[in-house]
Amino acid sequence: MSTIRYMEMIRERYSQLGYPVYQWYHADEPPAWTPLKKPLAESRVGVLCTAGTYAKGQVAYYYKDDTSIRSIPKDTMVEDIRFSHLTEQYLPAARKDPNCVFPLAPLKQLENEGMVGEIADDVLSCMGAVYSQRRTREELIPRVVDSFRTQGVDLAFLIPL
Amino acid sequence: MCHQTVGLIARHLEAIGIPTLCMGSALDIMEASNPPRAVFTDYPLGHTTGMPDDPKDQYEITRIGLEAFENIQQPGTILKLDREWTLDFNWKADTLDGTRGDERSSRDETPRYQLEEDRIAAEGA
Repeated sequence: MSTIRYMEMIRERYSQLGYPVYQWYHADEPPAWTPLKKPLAESRVGVLCTAGTYAKGQVAYYYKDDTSIRSIPKDTMVEDIRFSHLTEQYLPAARKDPNCVFPLAPLKQLENEGMVGEIADDVLSCMGAVYSQRRTREELIPRVVDSFRTQGVDLAFLIPL
Repeated sequence: MCHQTVGLIARHLEAIGIPTLCMGSALDIMEASNPPRAVFTDYPLGHTTGMPDDPKDQYEITRIGLEAFENIQQPGTILKLDREWTLDFNWKADTLDGTRGDERSSRDETPRYQLEEDRIAAEGA
């Protein structure tokens, strides 16, 4: 079976509910490109997951264009990983086994095996269902950039819900 | 929406000198946002790095994703993995079933904790 066309499906559902037509982002020019400066095995990899991940003790996300981020230490116990995200129907598996969207265990295993130089200490998360592309650009992205720069990451590994 | 947000972040990071790799399971949204490097897994949303309780699947997908930093040479490439969601062979038909309607939560500015104990841990009783 062919892949699911989510943009069309979501557009139809929103219009049935009486919402205005959502304007999906369509890139109108090719992406920028930065070559790797060193081999993966020597690189510090920053990780961002947009599944609304937080660690127990941190404030959860709210669902109306929350553009805040959380820094989750990579040594956090899997039992303390939580999720709050607008589309809660996609969370049951992650709430049972966080590694299916927030892959701390595989990342640490790959770090131990030397596949990457290291995983940056703080894994970032946000609640990616931000409808406003302006707020994504003006609020969310600068926070991600600040943290990745502070952590001195060489590469950014990005995981949507 | 998440895939679009990730695409916007990737394009920005790449432009300021940080190479990126986007995982994902919504191919049309990935194609529209056109990130520099991407890996697509044809799984239902919510399982971007593998099937639950399947450490081998999670490890392999995460590993392929990290390797793609070096394996993808052409800007805008989406590497499509040949993996099948084996937990439910009807998942695509069920996802497309319009009678299920929209299941989004209401949108406001109250933090939504997974567990009440999390709210107490973060905000006090």
